[in-house]
Amino acid sequence: MESTRPKIGVYICHCGINIAGVVDVEAVTEYASKLPGVVVSRNYSYMCSDPGQTLIKDDIREKGLNRVIVASCSPRMHEPTFRKALAETGLNPYYLEMANIREQCSWVHEDKAKATEKAEKLVEAAVAKVLLLEALEEKEVDVTPACLVIGGGIAGIQAALDIAEAGFKVYLVEKTPSVGGHMAQLDKTFPTLDCSACILTPKMVDVANHPNIELMTYSQVESVEGYVGNFKATVRKKARYVDFDKCTGCGICAENCRLLNRIPSEFDEGIGMRSAIYLPFPQAVPAKYTIDPERCLQLTKGKCGKEGPACKASCQADAVNFDQKDELLEIDVGTIIVATGYDVFDAKRKHEYGYAENPNVMTGLEFERLVSASGPTGGKIIVGRDKKGEGGFEPKKIAFIHCVGSRDKSLGNEYCSRVCCMYLAKQAHLIKDKLPDAEVTVFYMDVRAFGKGFEEFYDRVRREGIRYIRGNPSEIYKKGDDHALIVKVEDTLLGTPMEYEADLVVLGVGLEPRQDVREIIDLFKLSQSTDGFFLEAHPKLRPVDTASDGIFLAGCCQGPKDIPDTVAQAKGAASSALTLIARGKVKVEAQVSAVNADECRGCGLCVEVCPFGAIELVETNRQGNIVNVASVNEALCKGCGSCASACLSGAIQPKSFKDEQILPQIAVLGVRTE
Amino acid sequence: MNEDFEPTIVAFLCNWCSYAGADLAGTSRMHYLPNVRIIRVMCSGRVNPLFLLNALQQGADGVLISGCHPGDCHYLEGNYYARRRFVLMRKLLEHVGVDPGRINMSWVSASEGAKFKDIIEKAVEGAKESGPMEQFKRRKINW
Repeated sequence: MESTRPKIGVYICHCGINIAGVVDVEAVTEYASKLPGVVVSRNYSYMCSDPGQTLIKDDIREKGLNRVIVASCSPRMHEPTFRKALAETGLNPYYLEMANIREQCSWVHEDKAKATEKAEKLVEAAVAKVLLLEALEEKEVDVTPACLVIGGGIAGIQAALDIAEAGFKVYLVEKTPSVGGHMAQLDKTFPTLDCSACILTPKMVDVANHPNIELMTYSQVESVEGYVGNFKATVRKKARYVDFDKCTGCGICAENCRLLNRIPSEFDEGIGMRSAIYLPFPQAVPAKYTIDPERCLQLTKGKCGKEGPACKASCQADAVNFDQKDELLEIDVGTIIVATGYDVFDAKRKHEYGYAENPNVMTGLEFERLVSASGPTGGKIIVGRDKKGEGGFEPKKIAFIHCVGSRDKSLGNEYCSRVCCMYLAKQAHLIKDKLPDAEVTVFYMDVRAFGKGFEEFYDRVRREGIRYIRGNPSEIYKKGDDHALIVKVEDTLLGTPMEYEADLVVLGVGLEPRQDVREIIDLFKLSQSTDGFFLEAHPKLRPVDTASDGIFLAGCCQGPKDIPDTVAQAKGAASSALTLIARGKVKVEAQVSAVNADECRGCGLCVEVCPFGAIELVETNRQGNIVNVASVNEALCKGCGSCASACLSGAIQPKSFKDEQILPQIAVLGVRTE
Repeated sequence: MNEDFEPTIVAFLCNWCSYAGADLAGTSRMHYLPNVRIIRVMCSGRVNPLFLLNALQQGADGVLISGCHPGDCHYLEGNYYARRRFVLMRKLLEHVGVDPGRINMSWVSASEGAKFKDIIEKAVEGAKESGPMEQFKRRKINW
């Protein structure tokens, strides 16, 4: 039987000078030593260090402490660390309370006297609460040995492969008809000039063929329920109007489509054309055709020519099926990896660059398709073609513009997109490679060549005769009727304004959060950083985790990054997901709500407000009377405490955040210090 | 307005967004007034309206509830409950004569350290204008 008499140990951390530089830790230690129940009060340079934790553990063992207060950094940082220290001595880890005197005191206040006084109050409030804390039991639940990966770009592909290779089931859900993502659109990759498709397509084939991966292309996650270890997701498999098993991918249907070469191809960024029944690109995986329901004449108008749909008539495998319906599939997984990628900046928003008006002003991604051997020109650099893709000319003077839609506060994008400096250097090199006589000029704000081999590549490109001029163009406009464009810019190193004449301008567009980012946030309850990308659990130490346990991030959905960084993060996310899956068990929230059955009046208000359906009314025998009493399903309860605020009698309370535990804190903190 | 008056503000912050936002203000070394005292709860939906009343009774000059932005609640809808309860409680407090400048609610996400700082300054300003909170002070009764 544990002693009911509180024996509290208070430990004040200096955190080097992070706390001790502002807060008088000796004064706080002295103050704490006089508080009721406190038997030991100490301070130490780094409480989280091994000797710091030993200090606490020794006191628990020697002085018989049964409650511990650590006044240091945020509990979001080190609460698990100190809980573990308590548990190692056999003391219940929930007998710990932390006072946040760093993030919410020493780091935000300059007045030393006031900061010290506040730290004392925060410690006093922690003492008031810790007296009333209860021992809690940590429970474990099984983890479904499967992972849901959302997004079939290189991040999703890599994460899926790693988990599948470890022997566990993966569901890879991709919105478009093929995996590959943006990487499949790229021609060469910087700084090594590997062919993007050559290194990517084998991985695309691997995910499609792997026995542990269920690839769901042209599909979207509709809803997600559950919690770490036990998620239930509903996936909508959109109708392709083509029988997946029958289609051989021969392509005769597309050639016969009445809209052949009439619809801008998404994969070719609109500079190439496709038909209404299409394969996004030749190496698409799976190599199965899809009918675009928004463009197909049969699907939009109910009629396609006099003889009916030519695709259906021409298909020798009889795969076209206009009656196909969307399918809803339910899948059970233990973990989720979000790898939904990015959108490139919409250059129309930077209207002074005339992207919307001038076809010879193109984005970096469009240029990738232009220069790619699988692109609409077969890799020939020809611009100014007509609608049928004929005519055009080879550009002689080409301008590349850095930082379009990045590092631009007026557009709301303050961040650096990290890839543009190098992809523009690579594209400039590709032009020199294909058109040695062309004049290539790059207009930059700064060149950030920070990665492995980047600086060497940048150096090489400049030696190839590519001119770098430091200046951010103010305007790009058409000169007269011919195709010449004027780039108006100030050379900021010389301090001279100049008008550079070019016949092709490539905009180094940055990376932005996806347009549909809101849908993904609502689905998985993710948070965004100020730049709009998904927020990781900790910027340094938990870069792939999210605030929701069991949900991890990979790739550019978390922030702009190049291919090696994306692959590294995907492997990190896969490893985090595997840690849960491989162990097979996960601790669930111990701080759940509990009902005092004698006080419950059975009104059911808590049942109504519970967002997780964790509470139900059950009939109970109360001294001979059958009454309704609320009952909490601890596996479903997440401990938010909404029920407690709704309860009229105070019968339902979240453990560690009970009214009786919060009110003493208010009593300490609410008092004005004169 | 008494410039020398240093009000005490009791703030209830949800663990996932606003408490993290307050931590970020610290990590980013944004200096703000030391008048605020933070109590961490898991969700703004945990804030029983009586907590506000209790804080004012104890002698706090202002109160603040802050949670995740609408739609971003870690517990799906706790912040909506918090908002409804807050609106009712504020009406009630106004009805009994408490200056609305003392009662604050805001949405601060985990990335909005700067917004948190602004909200604290605003809450302190509001409480300063309202002056010391004496209405609910328990008077000594001589039996």
